[in-house]
Amino acid sequence: MNAVLHINDKDNLVTCLRPIKKGEKITVDSIEITANADIPVFHKIAIAEIPKGGLCYKYGEIIGDALEDIHTGDHVHVHNIESTRGRGDKK
Amino acid sequence: MKITGYKRADGKYGVRNHLLIIPSSVCAADTAQKIAAMVPGAISIPNQHGCCQIGSDLSLTQKTITGFGLNPNVGAVLVVGLGCDGVQAKSVADEIAATGKSAEYVVIQECGGTSKTIAKGVELAAPMARDLSKQEKVEFDMSELVLAMECGGSDPTSGLASNPSIGYTADKLIALGGSAILSETTEVIGAEHLIAARFEEDDQREKFLSQVKNVEDRAIMMGEDLRSGQPTPGNKVGGLSTIEEKSLGCMYKAGTSPFKGALDYAEIVPEDKHGMFFMDTPGQDIDSITGMVAGGAQVVVFSTGRGTPTGSPIAPVIKITGNPETFENMPDNIDVNAGRIISEGATLPEIGEELFELMVKVCNGEQTKAESLGHHEFGIYKLTGTF
Repeated sequence: MNAVLHINDKDNLVTCLRPIKKGEKITVDSIEITANADIPVFHKIAIAEIPKGGLCYKYGEIIGDALEDIHTGDHVHVHNIESTRGRGDKK
Repeated sequence: MKITGYKRADGKYGVRNHLLIIPSSVCAADTAQKIAAMVPGAISIPNQHGCCQIGSDLSLTQKTITGFGLNPNVGAVLVVGLGCDGVQAKSVADEIAATGKSAEYVVIQECGGTSKTIAKGVELAAPMARDLSKQEKVEFDMSELVLAMECGGSDPTSGLASNPSIGYTADKLIALGGSAILSETTEVIGAEHLIAARFEEDDQREKFLSQVKNVEDRAIMMGEDLRSGQPTPGNKVGGLSTIEEKSLGCMYKAGTSPFKGALDYAEIVPEDKHGMFFMDTPGQDIDSITGMVAGGAQVVVFSTGRGTPTGSPIAPVIKITGNPETFENMPDNIDVNAGRIISEGATLPEIGEELFELMVKVCNGEQTKAESLGHHEFGIYKLTGTF
């Protein structure tokens, strides 16, 4: 079983199909990536550099903006990605 | 393709033959439940509203409970009212009876209290139960079937495995002439452009887009971050980060068929159109399923990543998970293990076929796990506060 699922060519995030350990090397589309943190199963890992404010893709669609610079191998979750929709708090 | 069920006076077919005791308001709910407990085969719905509501909010409650009575899975109805309540029992019973279905009502204040109402209610309901027990099943075409699709307790496996399996099943049912309903407007935010492109009629597409905008505007108007409620805490633990990510996985339930219409909450699926529909419901599972069943869905498929026991009082709910661990963890609640796509390399068509075949068996009478455990979750969407 692959460690990750890369759904769409556009995606800069992939879903981990098993827990990934910090420092573990995984292969995505024949490119080797090193995990920068422990990543729980079904959470996402970045496979590209995404600058702060940059767009995050899964399913070939935008799922949010980067809250900070995200580096290849980073765990991507609510701490570093945010929804752009339904944000009454930002008005 | 043929299945068996119960023919109703209005020409529709049910896959169950329930005697439904409907409280027209919360004030009559306990009495309705006591009547149902005394008549074998009868079931009541725990209506928590029906009084001191106004305008569209009041009419939505009436529409929802009436829709439950009109659902083809219901063979006969007794409506129980208090008397001074906002939703009047007679009005609900009359609307159901107008379709030719057996529908009676009792009013607590007119009967002279709880005991006399229970006695009168049992007197009316018992012969209905006997009549329903005599009704024989008949063959009918799958094209008469309306499937409700729901997801809840989602995690990323919902979008990867279980929702696409539901999409496969929905596409197959629609190819056979049947209908399916995608719901949960909150969980379309971020994916609406993809769904909108699949609407055949411009006015229905516009209606759909305005339904999604209204929900997002509500969060914005309140000055709140939608993320405080969506994704839910469990969704986030499971790995879903944003509403957009949740929505994009959610919409896989809708397969690939074109959309025939955008329905309001509890709006009955039009008889002259078959195919995929969208219904404007909240993302909250129970209220959402209730809306679709009130709209006439006879069977529900429910995708869950983290696991949930949810059923419905009158429609069988088939549970499917994309998470192999959840299938192991909650074996008494989950009917189909789509997690095999992730852990064992099973294909989407394999699981889709398995789900479709189970749906056919369930429509023919096989109990789902939620049914066998007596799960009857019920909730009505509230548009505004109670006065």
